[in-house]
Amino acid sequence: MSEAIIVDEQSFDTAVLKSELPVLVDFWAAWCGPCRMVAPVLDEIAAEQKGKLIIAKLNVDENPNLAARYRITSIPAMKVFKNGEEVREIIGAMPKQAIENELSGII
Amino acid sequence: MHQIIIIGSGPAGFTAAIYAARADLKPLMFASSVAIGGELMNTTDVENFPGFPEGIQGPDLMQKMQEQAEKFGTEVLYDDVTEVDFSGPVKRVTTADGTVHEAHAVIYATGSAYRKLGVEGEERLSGHGVSWCATCDGFFFREQVIAVVGGGDSAMEEATFLTRFADKVYVIHRRDELKASKIMQQRAFDNEKIEFIWNSTVEAIRGDDAVKSLTLRSTVDDSTRELDVTGVFVAVGNDPRTHLVHGQLDLTEAGTIAVDGRSSKTSVPGVFAAGDVIDPTYRQAVTAAASGTVAALDAEHYIAALEDQ
Repeated sequence: MSEAIIVDEQSFDTAVLKSELPVLVDFWAAWCGPCRMVAPVLDEIAAEQKGKLIIAKLNVDENPNLAARYRITSIPAMKVFKNGEEVREIIGAMPKQAIENELSGII
Repeated sequence: MHQIIIIGSGPAGFTAAIYAARADLKPLMFASSVAIGGELMNTTDVENFPGFPEGIQGPDLMQKMQEQAEKFGTEVLYDDVTEVDFSGPVKRVTTADGTVHEAHAVIYATGSAYRKLGVEGEERLSGHGVSWCATCDGFFFREQVIAVVGGGDSAMEEATFLTRFADKVYVIHRRDELKASKIMQQRAFDNEKIEFIWNSTVEAIRGDDAVKSLTLRSTVDDSTRELDVTGVFVAVGNDPRTHLVHGQLDLTEAGTIAVDGRSSKTSVPGVFAAGDVIDPTYRQAVTAAASGTVAALDAEHYIAALEDQ
């Protein structure tokens, strides 16, 4: 069972922007091959960083307004929010170690 | 100690795994952590793989190949290989966590990576209008004007696919004719949303935080012009992924791993190579799969000869 949460246009503000913990939002879609590859990596990170970081999955197909609001033009795109502010952006599927490196200093 | 390690999880790697597993060699495959399935994972309809008259989605095809390889006993690990040592009779393969795996034989099938244009703005605007994956990112360019750079099958496939979303797709090509297959060319020529810009190269990608325009240079008279687009998809070819074996395996002038004739034998006994990493010319899912078969049979023969000694 994945520790990652699912967010949408209704829950985004509460679950992400008002979260007390940093949140990594994974902008993904079913038709994106690299998104499928990075998903299990994010599930692992969600489990390992429980209590320190929340992983939230956002389907861009179902939530086009949020994709537009954050000017997503390439997926997978991972944006890390802390205290409501976007503090990091990771674009493209990459190995777990590389994602963890990007998260250093945030969690 | 394993009998055989396969590095890479595209059609070459999985086909090699199917053959090696059926030969009871219990192959261990390093599928990488994020590039599992290889290049077909970024493809939509695969229409030229025999046996699928209705076409098949690239990721679905790769999943079926993996199921087939695992069914016969292939062990698939989602680890990245960071180092190889082919100097002795026992081949050593190190993964990102530092673990060293040993085998009698290695099949190297790491494929190729997208070539970059190497122009100003490309890195900086990557993910902000510069893309290498039309199937991933086309969706975000609905009703926009975008460009595809390249003249091969991939460029035509991407341009045609992108017309599902974009209002207009320019295809920018440095020559006055295409390298793409006739059917792909015709499909692009027949598409009203596609306009070709011939004899032109991209000199720079402009924009502050998103792509605004491209600077094009004519290969005929050297003139430059600005082309307003909000997205650019780069499809100018691929380079074989050989960085782990530099200095250990002989390469060809084209940069692929050198193999002996039609075999998969590299310059090092016990190391076999297959798929796009040895193929500068054909680079098809079917040719990669066939090449994986050759590598598995060569490796099987090599291991049998070791046991006879």
